[in-house]
Amino acid sequence: MKLMWFHLMPYTELPDDFRERHPSVWVDIHSSLFDPKRAHVMYNDFMDELEYAASCGFDAICVNEHHSNGYGLMPSPNLIATALARRTTDTALCVLGNSLALYNPPTRVAEEFAMIDCISGGRLIAGFPVGTPMDTCYAYGQNPSMLRERYLEAHDLVVRAWTERETFAFNGRFNQQRYVNIWPRPVQTPHPPIWIPGGGSVETWQWCAEMDYVYCYLSYYGYKAGRATMQGFWDEMARLGKDRNPYRAGFLQFIGVAETRAKAMDLYRQPAEYFYGRCLHVDPRFATPPGYVTEATQRAGLESQVQKAANANPVLGSTTGTRMQSVARDMEDIVDRGYVIVGSPDEVVAQLSEVATELNVGHLMLLLQFGNMGKELAQYNTRLFAEAVMPRMRGLFAEWEDRWWPQPMAREARVTPSAFHPGALAAE
Amino acid sequence: MTERETLSVELAASSCRVWRQGTGRKLGFLAGFGGLPRWVPVLDRLAAQRQLIVPSLPGFPGAEGFRSLDSHLDWLLAVHDLLQQAGLDGADLVASSVGAAFAAEMAALWPGSVRRLVLIAPFGLFDEAEPPADPWAVRPADQGALFCADPARWAELKALPEGANSIEWPIIQNRANEAAARAFWPLGNTRLERRLGRITAPTLLLWGAADRVMPRTYAQRIAAALGGPSEIRIIDGAGHLAELDRPDAVADAALAWTA
Repeated sequence: MKLMWFHLMPYTELPDDFRERHPSVWVDIHSSLFDPKRAHVMYNDFMDELEYAASCGFDAICVNEHHSNGYGLMPSPNLIATALARRTTDTALCVLGNSLALYNPPTRVAEEFAMIDCISGGRLIAGFPVGTPMDTCYAYGQNPSMLRERYLEAHDLVVRAWTERETFAFNGRFNQQRYVNIWPRPVQTPHPPIWIPGGGSVETWQWCAEMDYVYCYLSYYGYKAGRATMQGFWDEMARLGKDRNPYRAGFLQFIGVAETRAKAMDLYRQPAEYFYGRCLHVDPRFATPPGYVTEATQRAGLESQVQKAANANPVLGSTTGTRMQSVARDMEDIVDRGYVIVGSPDEVVAQLSEVATELNVGHLMLLLQFGNMGKELAQYNTRLFAEAVMPRMRGLFAEWEDRWWPQPMAREARVTPSAFHPGALAAE
Repeated sequence: MTERETLSVELAASSCRVWRQGTGRKLGFLAGFGGLPRWVPVLDRLAAQRQLIVPSLPGFPGAEGFRSLDSHLDWLLAVHDLLQQAGLDGADLVASSVGAAFAAEMAALWPGSVRRLVLIAPFGLFDEAEPPADPWAVRPADQGALFCADPARWAELKALPEGANSIEWPIIQNRANEAAARAFWPLGNTRLERRLGRITAPTLLLWGAADRVMPRTYAQRIAAALGGPSEIRIIDGAGHLAELDRPDAVADAALAWTA
């Protein structure tokens, strides 16, 4: 199986009383909380951590896109991925991803991903999320009633831009371009593998099946909460006559590993409570812009609530924002609910193997830095996982082929970037 | 007064409910944010003296088929066709909030199509120095207090009627918010201000004294830009949807203006 190292790049110095004094970590988080000189240190630490993970042998390093967000400092994951391309050799670069409807024209995404693919020698995984309501509708002002249609059209445009040999005119509903002809073009043919991070909507599963894309469930709530969603995904694959190849799926999981469970609880308590307490503090008024959740998904949510007779105030579908309202915030609860898998290497192997097999997920995306975890602890967590957990997980799903993994240029055909020696030229 | 009739108007992509009640000269009514999931008291007051015609805009309760409307031009043509087919060509119009923005556009673009106009706190403008509230970034529990001076009026409008489908009803209410978003996201600014000078129909601007969505200064701004005679009247004890808070006061003012 594939073990991938994921960074959200959270701002690590939100104040202790953040929840009490500030309405939201997202959209209208106050600029006074952001210190660019501290962010200089954070960005460089985070990139060190990603590079360290690559050097420890993780199959991929992953970055993602958020806007106006105190727990996600990557409005442009492409910038980070490009820098990582120069400082890593064989590790896949997973950008999960670019929210297609936010780019005008969307060919910008085709171009930038092609650049990363060229610079890295074909190591890119191209992720295309619709994007959360907070990112897309509020921070970026996209119309929630048109977001999905724009997203799907932009996807078609990007794929055509990657694959058509001749300059073409794109006459879309939302995008018109007379001359589509991207330079550069991706190394991978016909194009980098496309992965779709999404919530639990049946339309997304069907689309992934139709397009033969990887579906990724990037939840912050761990395997227990993710079980129903992944079950729904595999049920739908079965209904559509697709095989159970675990590499059709990706799943995000927080991990804190240490020599003993007690030590792990102690070490990861503060970063976990920081993440679930401060980073997921989102004002509910930004959770459900009308139209973001399709009516079919609203209906399914309401019907299941009626069946359960559980809720007097119907919620019209669940979004990233609504899920954040009822999150556990203290360490014992966080671990009990399975948000973070914590323990000794043996315990983590046992739990994570169960997660992978039970959810049938071949691509595990692991958050080994979370919240305000410092570089030293992040690297300890990463190294211990790589040395004591990863080798015992690798063999899972050996019987299946991962048809959705990057196909880089041959090792010998790829260049090794020159080492950088500051001051060397001046000294010559 | 005649019995209420419920008719349907078929547009290119939408099927829209039209209520008709009362006798006399025609008077059109276009609802505000949230639409009309049920008949409300202001309609009785208007229908007592006029032949009241209430078309539902695409996407608002009683009307579907708005997701093919991509541009402002698409919306304006749909509303124009709806009013024509509902028999409101050349009639007086009373309109609120998002509906009022469209009514103003009709009077600007097709001057003969509207005789006299009553606009209740219309959308369509945005002043950075005094921005309207964001009607799509509201916790559900706070919606009533945003749209009405008395939140109970909003709750009555949106309450599940006995016997109604408890799954479809909330979806219909959410669809109304989506339809407003489709036409007015993110700021409510359709640049209506540029076209106000084309409106020659005599226009009454009604504003709830407790409107928490649209700043009251927009009334002066609109009045100053209109191309015809106008008057501003502030409705005490009313919020953004003044017709829900003070149906009598709004109906009296509207009937007097269009007499």
